[in-house]
Amino acid sequence: MNRRNRATWIGWMAIAALLAGCAGGAATPGGGEATPPPAGEDQVLNLFAWSEYVPQALLDGFTEETGIVVNYDAYSSNEEMYAKIKAGASGYDLIQPSDYWVSLMAQEGLLEELDLSKIPNIANVDPSLPYDLYDPGHRYSIPYQWGSVALAVNTETVTTPVTSYNDLWNPDFAGRLVLLDDERQIIGMALMALGYDPNTTDPAELQAASVKLMDLVPNIRLFDSDTPSTALLSGEVDLGLIWNGEGSIAHAENPAIDYIYPSEGTIFWYDNLSIIQGAEHVDAAHAFMDYVLRPEVSLLITAEFPYSNPNKAALDLLQQTDPDAYQAYMDFPATNPPPDALAGAFVLVDVGEATALYDRVWTEFKTATGG
Amino acid sequence: MRAIRAWGQQIRESSSAQGVLLVLPAFGWMLVFLILPILLILILSFAWRGQYGPVDWGSSLSEFLDRLSLDSYVRLVDPLYLEVLWTSLRMAAVTTGICILVGYPVAYFLARSQGRLRSLLLFLLLVPFWTNFLIRIYAWMILLRTHGLLNRALVGIGLLSEPVTVMYTPTAVMIALVYEFLPFMVLPLFTSLEKIDAHLFEAASDLYARPARTFWRVTLPLSLPGVIAGTILVFVPTMGMFVVPDLMGGARTALVGNLVRQQFLSARDWPFGSAASMVLMLLTLVATLIYTRVSGFGEELAV
Amino acid sequence: MSSRRWGLGAYAVLFYVYLYLPIVVLIVFSFNSDRLNLFWEGFTWRWYEQLLRDGRVALATRNTLFVALTSTFISTVIGTLAALALQRHAFWLKRLSEPVLYLPIVIPEVVMGIGLLSLYSTFKLTLGLLTVTLSHIAFSIPFVALVVRARLHGFDRRLEEAAMDLGADEATTFRRVTLPLILPGVLSGAMLAFTLSLDDFIITFFTAGPGSSTLPLLVYGMVKTHITPEINALSTLWVLTVFVLLLGSQALQSRSARTA
Repeated sequence: MNRRNRATWIGWMAIAALLAGCAGGAATPGGGEATPPPAGEDQVLNLFAWSEYVPQALLDGFTEETGIVVNYDAYSSNEEMYAKIKAGASGYDLIQPSDYWVSLMAQEGLLEELDLSKIPNIANVDPSLPYDLYDPGHRYSIPYQWGSVALAVNTETVTTPVTSYNDLWNPDFAGRLVLLDDERQIIGMALMALGYDPNTTDPAELQAASVKLMDLVPNIRLFDSDTPSTALLSGEVDLGLIWNGEGSIAHAENPAIDYIYPSEGTIFWYDNLSIIQGAEHVDAAHAFMDYVLRPEVSLLITAEFPYSNPNKAALDLLQQTDPDAYQAYMDFPATNPPPDALAGAFVLVDVGEATALYDRVWTEFKTATGG
Repeated sequence: MRAIRAWGQQIRESSSAQGVLLVLPAFGWMLVFLILPILLILILSFAWRGQYGPVDWGSSLSEFLDRLSLDSYVRLVDPLYLEVLWTSLRMAAVTTGICILVGYPVAYFLARSQGRLRSLLLFLLLVPFWTNFLIRIYAWMILLRTHGLLNRALVGIGLLSEPVTVMYTPTAVMIALVYEFLPFMVLPLFTSLEKIDAHLFEAASDLYARPARTFWRVTLPLSLPGVIAGTILVFVPTMGMFVVPDLMGGARTALVGNLVRQQFLSARDWPFGSAASMVLMLLTLVATLIYTRVSGFGEELAV
Repeated sequence: MSSRRWGLGAYAVLFYVYLYLPIVVLIVFSFNSDRLNLFWEGFTWRWYEQLLRDGRVALATRNTLFVALTSTFISTVIGTLAALALQRHAFWLKRLSEPVLYLPIVIPEVVMGIGLLSLYSTFKLTLGLLTVTLSHIAFSIPFVALVVRARLHGFDRRLEEAAMDLGADEATTFRRVTLPLILPGVLSGAMLAFTLSLDDFIITFFTAGPGSSTLPLLVYGMVKTHITPEINALSTLWVLTVFVLLLGSQALQSRSARTA
């Protein structure tokens, strides 16, 4: 593990601990006024969220301040969460859907409309991020973390520069690639490599993407959506398309692994908090959302997880309290994407009935990689 | 009172009534927790995917019923999906075959061992599977990687001149699949081998003298129920298996299990997923029933 | 003959090595100081300390054991009865029961999970340990029934008849003759059911509610952020506990055998 990096993370943990102490106290610097304990019997909040994605210090701080106990159960993909919520009354109050899942679930009437007057800290959020693409005006969601999917390259073993998706098609990389096991991300990559929109519903463009993907088959060693950094770090593969969080982990363990935004454009993702329609503990859920948006609480999340923070006030606070940690955050491309990467940003949207087309392209592709 | 007693008498005397009574709890449980959900899925398989959601329920029940169709089943008739089915079948068959070959001698050994050693060995057979599934698979990855423990050990003692690539190949998938399903083969094999009377072996070896012949003429036929039960317990779950191939094989193959899961989760096309699972269930069920019939499993009373 | 026994014994040893190789690795790596648990980095007790303080793991362990023990007991009883019925009686429900009992084995897990969830929400059953246990019983019954049936196959009914002729009533015959003879099958079935329940993920995922997460749910959830050696530590403790119980019962048995 890289020494400097470890020192940075330890520093971050220290701030986290310090701030957790502050957050528990009555006086909260920089945030709105302390949330009044909600009336009624809202002593429980059932949170259904990505696993290991909500720091324990945050949950403890919230319980200490409001007396509300948080039941935290986990899922590991939007698809699983959606199927469970859709199939029946789950008993959960809060979920953590990503970008287009918010619009999808809102359209299906699965989400409760937010009462923003109960979430004054929404003002802390960075206004320049593209929330409008999936939830204009925060009607159903508040942002939690965000990030990207881009290229990770081990510069020790890959000597030719890799700057674009198209570089992955290089025959030198036979059997050296790891890709996310994700239909939309991978077909999206092929579409972008061809110069198309990754949200296209045009059958001809999808057909072209299918042909393009077939050429990539010999280069693929494996698909892994969960921990693609493992294959990179163990030396089984040399480059691939992975999440930024995985890129940070890989870079921290082996600094020779770079995280590169491809020239054709990058798909960004945005995780949020939303309340489920008909939730039992709506007041507690609002209180939790407001609590999460406090700058010092938001920093707890950033200290533990290597993703980008949508909370501008939190980053400003970090700049004042720990300029070094702030600089580390700003200097690393996986947490702070450069302006030209953001200029070529895409956000996935639901493709409606074209999903069947995507699905067929994907199954054909998988049949080819298997045989 | 008398009626009840008479009824009790009747049950005691009628094998058929006893049978019904004994099977009723299991049957009832299946009815509520399986048949009902399956009926629900069956109805879904005739429905339509909504524009956003997994199912289009229409504005009223009659509209929903009017639009029921066989479209999802028609979509399934596609060489692509047949290929997926074929790949899964092949994988399940190979796994089952290897499990029988690897497991049979062990089951035999267990059946011939005595007393406490036997119960200890039986227990040891299952303990590994009380650890977490993912952690077990990760342990295999640590062992099998190109720079992993096994490769290093084998190169170190000079058995290999250079590391072999095993991870993310079909070999890796097989090693872990056989590992995961072995107890499901060994246990039924053991239970049927164990009840074969030891005297039979002695008699057989007295008569035939050749061990190979004893095996083919006595042991194997008598242990067939175990082979059949084991085959069902291994073959059928492997048909729908996708986690091990995804982790050990690098998720490079589309299997039936992937396809069904994908329809329910990422494609959000529950009607198509339902149709696919209905067909899969029907195929496996029919195959299982034919298999048990042909092999005469559980038929001795029917005569 | 003896050389063949030796060969078989040597094979069995090799087999158990194969079985325990990953378990040894799993145990060794529970002391690994590398959080990602990719390579051996150094020795630490850290994960055990963390485990003891982890409230979510404790809750999930309790839930898992509760579900596994309850569902194993109930499904073993129901499954054994069904096996007896199917193997020894001819009745009108038999033709229907047989395929129905195979259903949980042939049904894809996702389908069963979503189907059960829809069922529970139709009947307004609150998701929790109850719904998880009911579902686990459903998928365990056929495994028990199948293994017990294999044992019953070729069962010599004259033994039971002999007992009855000697004056034993049905209950006594069952308890003293039938049950001891099929017990190995019943125990194998119960152990399979227990093993299945301990490790089930998909069906549990769909049928669990707030606060009723089991260990597999907790662990699968961790994959996105890398499963820490804490879970190895948990598995290690669990395996050790089982071994201690096992050795304890063996010691007890041999003591009672000596005094008898």
